[in-house]
Amino acid sequence: MLLTLAAASLLRHRARTILAVLGVAVSAAMLLDMVMLSSGMRESFRSLLLSQGFQLRISPKGTMPFDTDATIRDGDSIVTILQGMNEVKSVSPVLGGQLHIPSASGTIASSALGIIPSVEGDYELVGGRQPSAPDEIVANDALLRAIGRSLNDTVHAGAGYDSQLRSLTGERVLRIVGRARFVYMASEQKGVALPIATLRAMQGHAVDKPVSLMMVRLAPDQDIEVMRARLERQFRKVNVISTAEALKQVDERLSYFRQLAAILGAVSLVVGFLLVTTLVTVSVNERIGEIAVMRAIGVRRWRVVAQIVTEASAMMLAASPLGLMLGLVTARYLNSILARFPGVPERIDFFLFQPRSAWTALGLLAVSGVLAAVYPSWRSASLPIATTLRQEAVG
Amino acid sequence: MTALVEVRDLVRQYPMGEERVAALRGVTFDVDAGEYAAIVGPSGCGKSTLLNLIGVIDRPTSGSVSIGGARVDQLADSRATEFRLRRIGFVFQRFYLMQALTARENVELPLAEAGLKGPERRERARALLDYVGLAAREKHRPSQLSGGEQQRVAIARALANQPKLLLADEPTGELDARTGTEMIALFDRLNADGTTILVVTHDEDLARAARRVIHMRDGSIVGDERNR
Repeated sequence: MLLTLAAASLLRHRARTILAVLGVAVSAAMLLDMVMLSSGMRESFRSLLLSQGFQLRISPKGTMPFDTDATIRDGDSIVTILQGMNEVKSVSPVLGGQLHIPSASGTIASSALGIIPSVEGDYELVGGRQPSAPDEIVANDALLRAIGRSLNDTVHAGAGYDSQLRSLTGERVLRIVGRARFVYMASEQKGVALPIATLRAMQGHAVDKPVSLMMVRLAPDQDIEVMRARLERQFRKVNVISTAEALKQVDERLSYFRQLAAILGAVSLVVGFLLVTTLVTVSVNERIGEIAVMRAIGVRRWRVVAQIVTEASAMMLAASPLGLMLGLVTARYLNSILARFPGVPERIDFFLFQPRSAWTALGLLAVSGVLAAVYPSWRSASLPIATTLRQEAVG
Repeated sequence: MTALVEVRDLVRQYPMGEERVAALRGVTFDVDAGEYAAIVGPSGCGKSTLLNLIGVIDRPTSGSVSIGGARVDQLADSRATEFRLRRIGFVFQRFYLMQALTARENVELPLAEAGLKGPERRERARALLDYVGLAAREKHRPSQLSGGEQQRVAIARALANQPKLLLADEPTGELDARTGTEMIALFDRLNADGTTILVVTHDEDLARAARRVIHMRDGSIVGDERNR
């Protein structure tokens, strides 16, 4: 009976109901996007950091990984000590730099990572194989396209480029043996990885053996924070950060996004709330006589409220899947725009869909919808019955 | 006979700007159980106000209303609602049926509110529609029924929870003469079957059909006569 009356009330003004549902769906979509944005980057970053299985990252004192060009001198000695620890399963040293590769359209500059292929954690092979000789490299598609080369081609490359003399320094002939997708690089960033010893030699650092970053994978059941503190005490010239610490720092840097998301999310929630309140108020005012009659024949006040709240809930229910779809489509589009930001790793999603985000957004919307309906319905059910009926009769 | 309705010194004033206008000026009368009484008088004399106060959908400024020996004029909202549901049947001039519901569902509405479950509720609603001669129209919506039929459905709805008292405010006001006559006959039958009826009307035929006629003017009772 209650459902029949609620459905009939919604169907009485179909166009209005449809428009209201669309409005709530847009509000739901925006709310979902904002909830996704507020937690998406953090979650995405977390999964990125954890994806390669390294729990600790060691960078030069006072820097974050690859924040600056600073390196740890004689990093290999630290690597050797770390590899000797029972608590450490593996260590992946990385040296950052650039490779300059002459091509038909000029000299192409590419980010270069010096790595140890057997323990690297910076890329995923999508073709070919890992470098197994000093002159072998893997490159990403952006670089291969730019230099017009493919697997098994050789390239002349230098670690430096003198633009006055138009000549390469630290020049080598290298062979492309693998195609890679670099985990921490932006989507259009050109990237190449080669054995760390080769890159050091090309940079003229074969003796001091610098390292930009060391990624440490701990043995099972190790307390990450205990190891982090121990390594930082042991090696004074480095920063050791755990994934949790890195996430904390990322959190601080992303606070702007979260605040933006919170404000826009709140605005969309308020818009949805006002939309439902307006619609319910209009609808209730149209049936004030009907409500007074229901009360006169003994229908309890809460039952009248329940009927109207049911109507609002039904609208929310209808708007939810629509809002969900709209939110996902919008998020995908916005993601594609934001992914073009320079320096943002390709695998970072600004709007990461998580079921929890959807439930949070829809839950918030449902609660606001119910609250939006409660006041006008309670008010209408509390009007003096006799006066209302008299006014209806006169009207 | 014992009094079913006892009205004592009933006053109802409405604020109008800074003034207070009296709709009832100290009305006192009783309605016995099983009685069929009509309240008549010119528009604005307080007939409907009196009916609303007896029907517990309004509160008096002073005075008291007792039904079945219990004071009802100061009941809390929830208790007043419960009282209306189980003890009083309302019939309005404009029928006021739920347009979205069928005739049977309209009759079921107070039954559902009283807690009657599906099959039993439907059966009772059908029996009531049969009583008012509308068994064949149970699935029709109000818009598919004539005025007289709608009023019959409204009467069936009013009788749903077997109230002690049926209150009707101008029940023939929107009906043509022939349908009005049918309605008068239905009220006669209801009364003969034991329902106490208090009806407010301008309809002389309906007033003549009642056993008792209470005349009102300017918020007071000015006459009270028995028809037969």
